[in-house]
Amino acid sequence: MSDPILTLDGVFTNIAQYHILQGVDLQVPRRQVTMLLGRNGVGKTTTLRSVIGHWRARQGTIRFDGQDITRMPTPAIARAGIGFVPEDMGIFADLTVEENMVLAAASGPIDPGRLEWIFGAFPPLKTFWTSEAGNLSGGQKQMLSIARAMIEERKLYLIDEPTKGLAPAIISTMARALRELKAQGASILLVEQNFAVAKALGDTANVMDDGRVIWSGPMAQLARDAGLQEQLMGLSLEAH
Amino acid sequence: MIKSLFSDDLPRSVVLSVILGVILVCLALAPFLFPGVRTVDTAARICIFIVLVASYDLLLGYGGIVSFAHTMFFGVGAYGVALALTHMGRGFDAIVVGALSGAVVSAVLALVIGLFSLRVRAIFFAMITLAVASAVAVLVSQMSGLTGGEDGLTFKTPRALTPAFKFGGELFGVKLNGKLLAYYFVFFGALVLFLLMLRVVNSPFGRVLQAIRENDFRAEAIGYRVVYYRVAATCLSAAAAALAGSLYAVWLRYVGPDTTLSMEIMIDILLMVVIGGMGTMYGAVIGATLFVVAQNYLQNLMGAAAGLVEGVPLLPDLLNADRWLLWLGVLFILSVYFFPTGVVGRLRAGR
Repeated sequence: MSDPILTLDGVFTNIAQYHILQGVDLQVPRRQVTMLLGRNGVGKTTTLRSVIGHWRARQGTIRFDGQDITRMPTPAIARAGIGFVPEDMGIFADLTVEENMVLAAASGPIDPGRLEWIFGAFPPLKTFWTSEAGNLSGGQKQMLSIARAMIEERKLYLIDEPTKGLAPAIISTMARALRELKAQGASILLVEQNFAVAKALGDTANVMDDGRVIWSGPMAQLARDAGLQEQLMGLSLEAH
Repeated sequence: MIKSLFSDDLPRSVVLSVILGVILVCLALAPFLFPGVRTVDTAARICIFIVLVASYDLLLGYGGIVSFAHTMFFGVGAYGVALALTHMGRGFDAIVVGALSGAVVSAVLALVIGLFSLRVRAIFFAMITLAVASAVAVLVSQMSGLTGGEDGLTFKTPRALTPAFKFGGELFGVKLNGKLLAYYFVFFGALVLFLLMLRVVNSPFGRVLQAIRENDFRAEAIGYRVVYYRVAATCLSAAAAALAGSLYAVWLRYVGPDTTLSMEIMIDILLMVVIGGMGTMYGAVIGATLFVVAQNYLQNLMGAAAGLVEGVPLLPDLLNADRWLLWLGVLFILSVYFFPTGVVGRLRAGR
């Protein structure tokens, strides 16, 4: 296997007085979907936010594509080639869908071919192209949020719970889009609570608990082993 | 043509378009429609305050940055022209030099304040602008050798802009003199500045500003350097405010701390932005017009109303012209209550 696109090495991150990450070791291989799993509050979102630089790692190193990005400012990390889809979607509600997308294509004009591909994956975005993003439904906002990351080719996508709170039909749209992204050879680090989606998309899995990665291995192996799921995440995922 | 003049940002409401059209026509023809020293003076003030309020809207409404130093930049522009006209003689070159140096000094001041404080949190910027603005106001009143202190400076503008300059007789009963030219100097200056600012907020730069206002972390995660954009917005807004100040100086032929630097004007600007509607640019037009007209004519209106209700108990006292500030206050409360998103926001929502 070639060198990983992203490597976290003993990362500790505090939020105020709380020690959220306590030595995260994580590798994201190139051209794969890497799942980050675990119960609520174990530090999955904080891990993504430490990578993009929203929270600063107090200790440890984060290397992206051969470059140490631990202390780099967020815009520089983004420009180095990381697309981030936060859990709260973070769309610009006062701006139109089009303006949101134009802003997201930070390095230049939108590539028409790529836009067509995104319209194919998320048809509502074409329908509501000139509407204010704040008027979209929850699912459409999530589509826009992911589309914004996809509008330019990035070396790595960090995606935080893209299916949270969405209707099943929209979840499958989301999963299909992510599968297409993967098929294009993108590297993705995905936080996902929906185990069916995780199983369908994930190549490797990392399970976190208490601010650390406690298990890494093939997603298929985790998906097969209900006992392991129970042991790692404290619940039987077969029920899902 | 019109679309591109307005940078594709049309009023988007029929009522709003009509109101803006009426304001534009009234201001464009003010010396002919409402001849009289006081009415023309009010119209000129409206033009100047539209620019000043729009420049503040660029900062507050589009950038989400609260500043209390806006009158300082306004004053820097006014004093720039005053000093240039005092020391270089009454030429148009002095106006240009004064206005440009005022704009540059304002932009540099904004740059320094912005780089010091916008890095951290927007709230520090508000506090630092408050401190710097107070310091500058004190400085201006103390350095009386240069600035005329509390008395301010009276100076001569180019002859072509003074009432003594006559060109031809009368048009529709209005004397064609330099004061008329001065008014159109202010009017077209304000119009150009307003359209330029409309262009700025509708440019890609303006969109990034709006994105930062809504979610600065998200804008950073896309790759925009938030500090640079905020500082650039601050500098632009400061320069525009300074140019408004320059127009004011040319119109009044006088500058003083009270007319350009006072905290009172700062609060007026804030109210005009809020009443008109933040983040709309057109709100500046409505806010400034309503406010300046109310400031100048509410007293007269109340005097007339008090005369009408003479003999009725209590009412004449309430409507006494001396109580105009009370009614202005009531008007503000009502407008904030009924138009929480400003007049423009309300009209656009109601379409």
